Amino acid sequence: MTAVIEAHGLTKQYGKTKALDGLDLIAQRGQVTAVLGPNGAGKTTFVRMVATLLRADAGTLLVAGHDAHRNPAAVRRVIGLAGQFAAVEPAMTGRENLEMIARLFGQSRRAAKASAAAVLDQLSLTEAGDRLARTYSGGMRRRLDLGASLVGAPRLLLLDEPTTGLDPRSRIELWDAIRALVERGTDVLLTTQYLDEADHLASQIVIIDHGRAVAAGTPAQLKQRIGGNVIEVHVRDSRDLETIAELLGRLGEGVAQTDQATRRVSVRVDSTGDRQMTALQSLHATGVELDDIAMRQPNLDEVFLTLTGQPTDHDATGARAA
Amino acid sequence: MTTIASTLDPGLASATRRQTGLAKSTLTVARRSLLRYVRTPQLIVLSTVQMSLFFLIYRYMFGGAIHIPGISYVDYLVPGFIATGVLFTGMGTAAAMAEDLEQGFVDRLRSLPIPRAAVLTARATADTAFLAWSTAFTAAVAFAVGFTLHGSAIDALAAFGLVIVFGFAFEWLFITMGMFAGNAQAAQGMGMIVFPLVFISSAYVPVSTMPGWLQAFANHQPMTYMVDAVRSLTLGSHAHALLGHPSSYYITRALIWTLAILAISLPLAVAKYRRS
Repeated sequence: MTAVIEAHGLTKQYGKTKALDGLDLIAQRGQVTAVLGPNGAGKTTFVRMVATLLRADAGTLLVAGHDAHRNPAAVRRVIGLAGQFAAVEPAMTGRENLEMIARLFGQSRRAAKASAAAVLDQLSLTEAGDRLARTYSGGMRRRLDLGASLVGAPRLLLLDEPTTGLDPRSRIELWDAIRALVERGTDVLLTTQYLDEADHLASQIVIIDHGRAVAAGTPAQLKQRIGGNVIEVHVRDSRDLETIAELLGRLGEGVAQTDQATRRVSVRVDSTGDRQMTALQSLHATGVELDDIAMRQPNLDEVFLTLTGQPTDHDATGARAA
Repeated sequence: MTTIASTLDPGLASATRRQTGLAKSTLTVARRSLLRYVRTPQLIVLSTVQMSLFFLIYRYMFGGAIHIPGISYVDYLVPGFIATGVLFTGMGTAAAMAEDLEQGFVDRLRSLPIPRAAVLTARATADTAFLAWSTAFTAAVAFAVGFTLHGSAIDALAAFGLVIVFGFAFEWLFITMGMFAGNAQAAQGMGMIVFPLVFISSAYVPVSTMPGWLQAFANHQPMTYMVDAVRSLTLGSHAHALLGHPSSYYITRALIWTLAILAISLPLAVAKYRRS
């Protein structure tokens, strides 16, 4: 078994805040590993360590077999990084941006031209390749940024929240691009706050919170632990919340969660259709006036609630991005 | 394992194994900064118009009221205006450095197999080149409104060279400032420290016309030596009478200051860069 990333007991402290608190994480070769967690969980800190931009206070970190601490130069030769911002030069064309990075990877002028052209093609940017990057849409800029991390033909691609701030269509386009890379065999480590993103892209998910890994497994394994879907009911009159919560509590698994402010009640149900139909019929039978009923995948908060027994406390501070 | 390298140039994968040299990395990254200047006309037009406007205000409005014994005010003003111009270019450097850090560009470069110092040397190189351009442009405007060289052409070239050398040293101070500021607005704010250096100097008016306590600062700060060094080369035979010492006096002192600024800012920039 070969791991592309092996982290043991990584610790990083900023003042009194522990960004990483003994993080253990193993990412296998030949797959996409997603690091999932709320804002402030330590995802970016971890990616920056793998990218040799940051040193751990304690712990060990091997990237493609190289010690990130002792031999960062070797690590830099095998990674490609796309950070949270699209770090492309707006006053250069897409092609020039890629050629610049390729040149910095030590490629000759001719080789840099060839690899820039190949990457543009791969990310469907050939047509826009000779336009200045400042004329690109947000999604195109992100794709170009992804391209910049690819042009050096990395063995390990690091993507830090690659789709944050993108509209749904650009998000799917970027997912497609990432999936195509994976098919070609590039190892990927990506961080995300979105469960569906991790689900779509990753074969291995590590959930982290407060700088520690709280769960790890394949999407299927984690879903099994979390349970199938969530029924969310939006009542018209907040006085009915209690009735609905009591009913959903009986139908679902675990305790129904009530949100007074938005007049919503939600509960997990397993994914068989029967249970869901029963729930709908019972809700109808109560005669309570409902604004909306939705069936959806659990969100990150619900995952945390299940795994740790407590919601992400980051919500309370309003620190989480929508 | 197949990587995307297999679809590209076959020689490419092996090319990525070694580190790219400092000179090549510096030039590659510096080219990007210069392209940004060239392709963002607002940047150049705005700074050029602003600079010319200030220059013309001094030349034609205040200039009439300022009398310099033995020479015309425009000949006194131009060396001061050009030498202190390095500080205004430097404010742009601090903002650009902060912006590159803020927007992840520095992170991207630091994750590449290039010497880490290349980020800094590229910024210093690009902005010194930009300074050379803007200094030449200011000189052209100066000649158009009546500036004359009283010394030789070689002296004039030496004066130009000195300005670039001063500018290069200050670049490192501003790069450091940009890193400490963390964002472009804060860097602009910190850049305000250039105002006392520019105005409490011999650049616009003789120091002898200032109150005593200001003279104490003006006479000993680096800008005054730098301005007078440039002036001593452009004023020719008038220089000695006006300034009181021969050229070499000002040039050596200005260069000592230049070295001192470099000796402090360069290690500071590198240390800050390593830790950020």
